[in-house]
Amino acid sequence: MKRFIGFVKKEFLHIFRDFRTLIILFGIPTAQILIFGFVVSTEITDVDIAFLDLSKDEVTQNLTDKFCSSGFFRGVDNLHSYNDIDDILKSGRAKAVVIFSENFGRDLMSQGKASISIIADGSEPNTATFITNYASAIISDFNKDFIKDGSESRLLVQSEVSMFYNPELKGHFMFVPGVIAYILILICALMTSITITREKEFGTMEVLLVSPLKPIQIIIGKVVPYFILSFINVILILSLSWLVFGLPVKGSMLLLLAESMLYILMSLSLGIFISTVSKNMQQAIFISLVGLLLPTILLSGFIFPIENMPKVYDIVSSVLPPRYFITIVKSIMIKGTGFLYIWKETLILILMTIVFIGLSVKKFKIRLE
Amino acid sequence: MRTILYFIRKEFIQIFRDKFIGKAIFAVPLVQLLILVPAVTFEIKNVNLCVIDRDMSADSRKLISQLEGSTFFKIKYLTFSEEEANTLLQENKCDMVLQIPSKFGKNIGVGEQSKIMVSINAINATTAQLSLAYLNGVIQNFNMNIAVENAVPLASLSKPQINISSRHWYNETLNYSYFMLPGILAILVTVIGFLLAGLNFVKEKEVGTIEQINVTPIKKYQFITAKMFPFLVISLFDLALGLLIGRLFFGVPFQGSIGLLFLCSAVFLISVLGLALFISTYSSTQQQFMFVAFFFMIIFILMSGIFTPLESMPQWAQKVNLVNPMVYLIRINRMVMLKGSGFHQISSDLYALIVIATSFTFFAVKRYRKTS
Repeated sequence: MKRFIGFVKKEFLHIFRDFRTLIILFGIPTAQILIFGFVVSTEITDVDIAFLDLSKDEVTQNLTDKFCSSGFFRGVDNLHSYNDIDDILKSGRAKAVVIFSENFGRDLMSQGKASISIIADGSEPNTATFITNYASAIISDFNKDFIKDGSESRLLVQSEVSMFYNPELKGHFMFVPGVIAYILILICALMTSITITREKEFGTMEVLLVSPLKPIQIIIGKVVPYFILSFINVILILSLSWLVFGLPVKGSMLLLLAESMLYILMSLSLGIFISTVSKNMQQAIFISLVGLLLPTILLSGFIFPIENMPKVYDIVSSVLPPRYFITIVKSIMIKGTGFLYIWKETLILILMTIVFIGLSVKKFKIRLE
Repeated sequence: MRTILYFIRKEFIQIFRDKFIGKAIFAVPLVQLLILVPAVTFEIKNVNLCVIDRDMSADSRKLISQLEGSTFFKIKYLTFSEEEANTLLQENKCDMVLQIPSKFGKNIGVGEQSKIMVSINAINATTAQLSLAYLNGVIQNFNMNIAVENAVPLASLSKPQINISSRHWYNETLNYSYFMLPGILAILVTVIGFLLAGLNFVKEKEVGTIEQINVTPIKKYQFITAKMFPFLVISLFDLALGLLIGRLFFGVPFQGSIGLLFLCSAVFLISVLGLALFISTYSSTQQQFMFVAFFFMIIFILMSGIFTPLESMPQWAQKVNLVNPMVYLIRINRMVMLKGSGFHQISSDLYALIVIATSFTFFAVKRYRKTS
């Protein structure tokens, strides 16, 4: 046991010796929480649009002002002909062009009808959808004002909406669980697989193998520091999100920490498994990066909801452990539900851990090739 | 010049001796594009609905069937208990609960307002807002139908009306793959170029072979050019492969000039390769390099505007983005591929990339020491 503690101590020293490791351990989670919290937002404001006003009368002027004062749009240019549209959209100076047809105001007064066309840059589908939706809202608002007769615009059916779990529609609720899931898998899987393959590549594994430590002790000794550091990270992320964004843990903290430990254990066994299948560090890095990180970010429902993906991806993502962990964290943190709601996900994570450990034990070689 | 050529040849031989790299060059673009492009979408296909119909009148049934008829909503559950509905929401089995109050039909019949209650799972704010927008669309339609049926004299029809027609240029159907592929291509060349080059460079240091190069009369700039060139070629090859995959599997159009796209990517690659070499001069092991490189890559990618609009970032972040080469490349890729923008439309982005590339490379050359 004393031997083992000595070994764990050595591993800790290995980690703390290099400030770059600390960057990964604590710099990335902090940076990510802050970037997601303050920089990245799917909200769309201040969209640059241009106007092509072929009529130039009072009504179109009013409408233009209404667009620009709405807060969603920022008028950047007034075009003179249809030929300018292509250029301004292609150069990206405007995301949409609003076109008022000729004799706009006169047609509206005399025939009661006039038309506006909106040409949006479809190369950014989200922005394009928002532009057309907001523009329609602004114009229907204008229509109402124009009629100035509220009687017939009263709608019989109205909806009263409550946004559950996230009444202020904050983005934080999405990304905090995602960042936890992904940081943990990064630290545990990537770092353990690298440290173990590193020993293999440099031949120091041989030294360890001939030492009186048992192979199982070597592996556990390598993994213990990361287990502790990851756990500190969970606490770091949770306190950051609480202090900076005021996001509390609604459910049981104890349950959340226990589930995190399970997930850390799973990621560590995954890391050990990666290290047994890769020959050198480059391979381990590539498998962890390409095979784990990108799919974790993109396929686990962290940024993009799984329900919107094609059916195949639903199946593909069901083998990704972060998917279950994200569901667990969301349920406990945001919805405040108890264990009864998440026992299935927990069971899947336990099974995955057992499978990875089993495979690694089977693949782990104590002899040199 | 001949020295560089020999050196480049040596590099190529050395790189391809590692079979894993040969495989990675083909596997990475395939995996990234095929798996990631279709998955990354904000488009909402179906919203699972749970309906509590306390009215059971012809009107409420009509509203329900209208919801069912729209492509977005799928009525998964019909119940009378609010508790059950909330449990369903909590278990993620439905995304939205719709409560139609009793007297709904009666109120409508006499022309009085009635409210329906909607609860939406808003953990994902974007999806919640979009589904609400769709729901409002259906309700608006329903209102119109009632108005027409009740033959309420629709004064508004005779009053002035502005019609809107909207079109989406360059991507008529708002296909998300078109939007994502150019961005993923930028990530692809970064991953391949940045990581492989940096790891390769640090490996020489780690294994000690760099000593052998340092004692040769080779100049600093020759060494760095020869180290960069193979990865430039490999990354551009992967870009071509990526474009081909985009064409064959996703039918992504290519409006602009291919030459221009490759030119911009090459300049971009010089900047990331320069950065890779720069970071590697500060690292003595592959592990150290990986960690620092990864830290930068994550920040670059998240801030690059690949998933979220750049304009909605705060001012200071937009300033930081001035030195983020990915911002420029992703914008250029989208413009050239989808809109067919020409040289003069992307020139300012390209110049910015050139400035970044020169300065990163300059620092790398400057930092690199032949003596240790």
